[in-house]
Parts: sequence; C-alpha cells; structure tokens
Amino acid sequence: MLAVNFLLLAAVLFCIGVYGVIARRNAVLVLMSIELILNAVNLNLIAFALLHGSVDGQVFALYVIAVAAAEVGVGLAMVLMIYRNRRSISLDELSEMKG
Amino acid sequence: MSAIVLLAADDINVAQNVAFGIIAAMMIFAALCVVTTKNVVHAALWLVLVLAGVAAQYILAAAEFVAVSQVLVYIGAVMVLFLFGIMLTRAKLGSEEGLNNPGFLLGIPVAVVLFGLLAYVSIDAFEDTTLPDRGPTPTELISDQFLSPYLVPFFALAFVLLAAAIGAIVLARKD
Repeated sequence: MLAVNFLLLAAVLFCIGVYGVIARRNAVLVLMSIELILNAVNLNLIAFALLHGSVDGQVFALYVIAVAAAEVGVGLAMVLMIYRNRRSISLDELSEMKG
Repeated sequence: MSAIVLLAADDINVAQNVAFGIIAAMMIFAALCVVTTKNVVHAALWLVLVLAGVAAQYILAAAEFVAVSQVLVYIGAVMVLFLFGIMLTRAKLGSEEGLNNPGFLLGIPVAVVLFGLLAYVSIDAFEDTTLPDRGPTPTELISDQFLSPYLVPFFALAFVLLAAAIGAIVLARKD
C-alpha cells in the first residue's frame, strides 16, 4: 500500500471538516466537523506509525482520541447551557463579544 | 494524479489496496453527507459511518488496539453524547432549514485550496513511498510506551479527563 493513499484520504477528510466548520451554523454540527478533522489527523498518525515501524504514532493517536472525548463532553455541555439561556444554538447569534 | 496510476500499478497487496479504496470512497461520501445533510440526526448517523471507516483503515494499517479504542470511544460514547446533545437542544425531528451560515459557499474555495495544498505536499514528499506489510501491533508494546516514556503525559491526560468530566457537570447543572 502506498503511504500517499492514507495521506490523501486524511487530507480529503480534513478539508471536508474545515468546510463543515466554516459552513455550518448549528453548534452540534460544528462539533461533528471538528471530529472529522481530528480523525483525519489520527489517520495520518497511524499511517506514519506503520511507515516508520514504531508504536509512538499509535500512542499519540490514543491521546488524541482521549482528548477528543473530553472536548466533546465539555463542548456539548456548553451547547446545552447556551441552549438553556438563549433557546437557540445558532452560532451567529452569539455576538455579545463582538467589538 | 500520479497516485491513482501508482495505485493501479502497485502489485504488493492487491486485496489491501482494493479494501482501502472501497472503504475510502464510503468514508468520503459519508463525510460529505455529514457536512451537507439538512437533518441533524442523519448527520450524526453518517458520522458513525465515517468513524467506522476510520476504524477499518486502522485495522488495514495494523493498528488493532487503536481501532478497537476508536470503536469503543467514538462509536460507543461520543456518538451517544452527540445524539443526547441533539435531542436535548432541539425538539423538532426531520429536516430543517437554517443549518448553514448565510455565506457558507465561502467554505468551498477554502476547502478546495487547502486540499490542493495538502495533496501537492503529500504527493511531492511521499510519491513512491510504500507502507511496509506488518502484522498486528502487540498491545504490550503500546502499554510499554504508555507506562514508561509517556508516563507524565498519561497522568496529564488523566487530569484532563477528570477536569473535563467535572467541568461538564458544572456547566450542565440546572442552577
């Protein structure tokens, strides 16, 4: 298998995730797009772990999985709090901090 | 692209390449559905397909333990959190309007240019590099790495998870 196959697949997933973060207004959908980005990075880490024959890449991927789980927990708690205060999770309505 | 031609000419492990291609096509289609569908619950279910595809690619890349962790953590836990978040923040089921920003078309050129850059760099650097055929990674190697050289980050990660759990409880409390 070619290393560039994995890298191109990860690049496609990463760019789709970036498009989702830019295009989506719903906060939960933005969090899902962030998950796409993190998985693309993990795919690269695993591919390089295989390429170099070391398990360090797999260890990093496991760290990324754990941090992503924590991020989703806190992110969804924040979304719930925003929903309770404003009855909406549209990100473009959260403009109080705009200068 | 030269990568496609090389993929066809690469006769190291045909079955592996075919499986990779099929799973990759499924993942890309599902990912596009995640960012374009009008139904939030469907987006979560398409995301399950992407995450399962990533786990399958891990197995193809000889990373069994990470694949199992991916299934447990992402498909098992994170997706349930997402579905809870969707159900708690939105009473309406079915498709809905207004999920996209007004200027969402701006995202397309950004994503295309970014992909062009990433693809150019990857193909330029790793055009002919073949991944070696390796058997499954022994899990004890991973645990050895976790418990000796990466012990301090491991403890830090434990504190991050604890802080995230407490923070989520504090944020989501009623009062």
